Amino acid sequence: MSQYRMQIMVCSGTGCSNLNSEAIFDNLQLEIEAFALENEIQVVRTGCFGLCGLGPVVRVMPGEVIYTRVTPDDAAEIVTEHVLKGRKVERLLHKDPVSRKILSTEPELSPFKKQLRIVLRNCGIIDPENIEEAIAANGYEALAKALTELTPDDAIKIIKDSGLRGRGGGGFPTGLKWEIARNNQAEEKYVVCNADEGDPGAFMDRSVLEGDPHAVLEAMAICGYCIGAGKGLIYIRAEYPLAVARLKTAISQAREYGLLGNNIMGTGFNFDIEIKYGAGAFVCGEETALIHSMEGLRGEPTVKPPFPAESGFRGKPTNVNNVETFACISPVILKGADWFRSIGTEKSKGTKVFALAGKINNVGLVEVPMGTTLREVIFEIGGGIRDGKKFKAAQTGGPSGGCLTEKHLDTPIDFDNLVAAGSMMGSGGLIVMDEDDCMVSVAKFFLEFTVEESCGKCSPCRIGNKRLHELLEHITKGKGTPADLDRLRNMSKVIKDTSLCGLGQSSPNPVLSTLDNFIEEYVSHVTVKKCPAGQCRDLMEYFIIEANCVGCTACARVCPVNAITGVRKEPHVINPEICIKCGACKEKCKFDAIIIH
Amino acid sequence: MSSIKIELRQEDIEKIREICGSFGKDPQELINVLHKCQEHFGYLPAEVQEVVSNELDVPVAKIYGVVTFYSFFTMTPKGRHPISICMGTACYVRGAEKVLDEFKKELGLQVGQTSKDGKFSLSSLRCVGACGLAPVVLVGDKTYGRVAPDDVRNILKEYE
Repeated sequence: MSQYRMQIMVCSGTGCSNLNSEAIFDNLQLEIEAFALENEIQVVRTGCFGLCGLGPVVRVMPGEVIYTRVTPDDAAEIVTEHVLKGRKVERLLHKDPVSRKILSTEPELSPFKKQLRIVLRNCGIIDPENIEEAIAANGYEALAKALTELTPDDAIKIIKDSGLRGRGGGGFPTGLKWEIARNNQAEEKYVVCNADEGDPGAFMDRSVLEGDPHAVLEAMAICGYCIGAGKGLIYIRAEYPLAVARLKTAISQAREYGLLGNNIMGTGFNFDIEIKYGAGAFVCGEETALIHSMEGLRGEPTVKPPFPAESGFRGKPTNVNNVETFACISPVILKGADWFRSIGTEKSKGTKVFALAGKINNVGLVEVPMGTTLREVIFEIGGGIRDGKKFKAAQTGGPSGGCLTEKHLDTPIDFDNLVAAGSMMGSGGLIVMDEDDCMVSVAKFFLEFTVEESCGKCSPCRIGNKRLHELLEHITKGKGTPADLDRLRNMSKVIKDTSLCGLGQSSPNPVLSTLDNFIEEYVSHVTVKKCPAGQCRDLMEYFIIEANCVGCTACARVCPVNAITGVRKEPHVINPEICIKCGACKEKCKFDAIIIH
Repeated sequence: MSSIKIELRQEDIEKIREICGSFGKDPQELINVLHKCQEHFGYLPAEVQEVVSNELDVPVAKIYGVVTFYSFFTMTPKGRHPISICMGTACYVRGAEKVLDEFKKELGLQVGQTSKDGKFSLSSLRCVGACGLAPVVLVGDKTYGRVAPDDVRNILKEYE
């Protein structure tokens, strides 16, 4: 390998790729070649930097200079200015939305403050399609250590002592899971990686697979060694084509280097990995459903026990962990249980990756120690709420989770605190909502998802969630009654108590949590028939403020149903009987004379 | 099952046999087989499922059960320019519903429908993972980020 004096890293995660980062890479490469600098300057494609809201992102090392919202046409300027003359391209640097200060380097950018990157250690730093870069970043060192220095029991003990809990949502202790799978005797066993990231608004696993696929492969091999399995399966969504392609490349490179396959590192240990595709079913995140799907069946869950650790894929002991859990394994093996235990809270060790999205300034991927407060995540790392609006709620745990509100802002985030607050960790999606979001509509949105994704096997989930959705639909249309609120609560409880799998047991959570935290919004919908956030279309009323209206007739001309009448140069009026609440008049009005009640 | 009746050509049948053969005719590989078939035909009509049923020795009812269970599989052909609107939570709170409404209005289609001339089809999907670009619209392989209802007409114009 030759030495480069400078590296230009182009983010090629899904977000940036969709904004044409590939063309930026090509143009940078061409420019570098035009100046015959290809032996001095390296252009690298890397995984996600976590700055998705500012994409496409380019980082120049040394100096850690971050360019944001780069277009392919900017490549020439980056090369002639930054590379040749050593001057930063000012217009591509990020300006803080509040202070207007230019933040040019990575340490200055707020999304990186307070972060501790264990899972995302290599994302945005190495080229995920080059195994040598992964190896240079300590890749496969933990596997070597496990195979040559540790017995399977030793390795399991380290994982157990580290306090690592499953990052897929449930929070089950990983070491214990491995121990159970190890103790179940069988000739064949399987290691399964759950990469069926089904939560809408969550993209942590995808970013790990796209940015550092070898971290997952290595950990699966370590798990295979520990539990006595020779075969690994990755169950991944077909909707993630880039992650699938990177995994395939990584698997074939690992085989080539003797890090997968027979007689790994000459130790006599055999382990290989195969990819299985999901086909879009949220319930397949549940481990028994996932296993059925891998067997070519409908992804319906079954009663536990037997747990997959006893009877899983093809009836053999199977250990299922999610991507983020696997990504924690190698650092734990290398740095030890005590190091990992020193991070986090009493019962939740290590870090957690969150996908920040919604009405937040810095959309992207962040990794923080367990115990960080919601306030730190949203306001310090996330840069606060967009357009200076007021924070209303943060939704965690996806369709199975709940809302956290103002009063939870200073609660340290960990598995148990979130459950106590009526939500759950889930896989790590964190959607921020502001004053304009109607919480009844949010609950309805999640129920709509659950109704679609319920596998239909058991009636509480199949029928109950449909009824819940209908009730919410009624309420948002202004047809609800106060008695409906009790119905919502009772039915939610029954669904939770009587459903078979995690999907049904948690599907009413968004309803219960919004009822608990925003009861006044529900009451307003069912009594005075008003939506306080002004989002429910059927409950809106458009109204012209007489004092502001100059009688320009713009609104009357644009109204599709002729609900607005008035004489030219005199205030107009909207007839609420005819108005269909399309909002066209409000958009047209230049005098802020039209308001929504 | 599907209301559209099609006649498979001999070469289509051969193609399905080839796909099934490449997975060793293993019934456990059904989902992978269906992925490959959909890649080839664009959708999974009843007739294709029947051939798969014969090849893998799995009842066609079971295959139908799998096809209808997973949202990725479809029994109706997509348009030449399939339009998908992301309805993940991040896109939803940034106004994806209004964008979807605009597409419905402009195209006169409901979700899951294909236009009569076979040009456009409309669907919603759950999170493409590009939440930084919310709301997101996909037309074929092309991604449109930060789409507002006003942009819809211009997007459609590109495909005229």
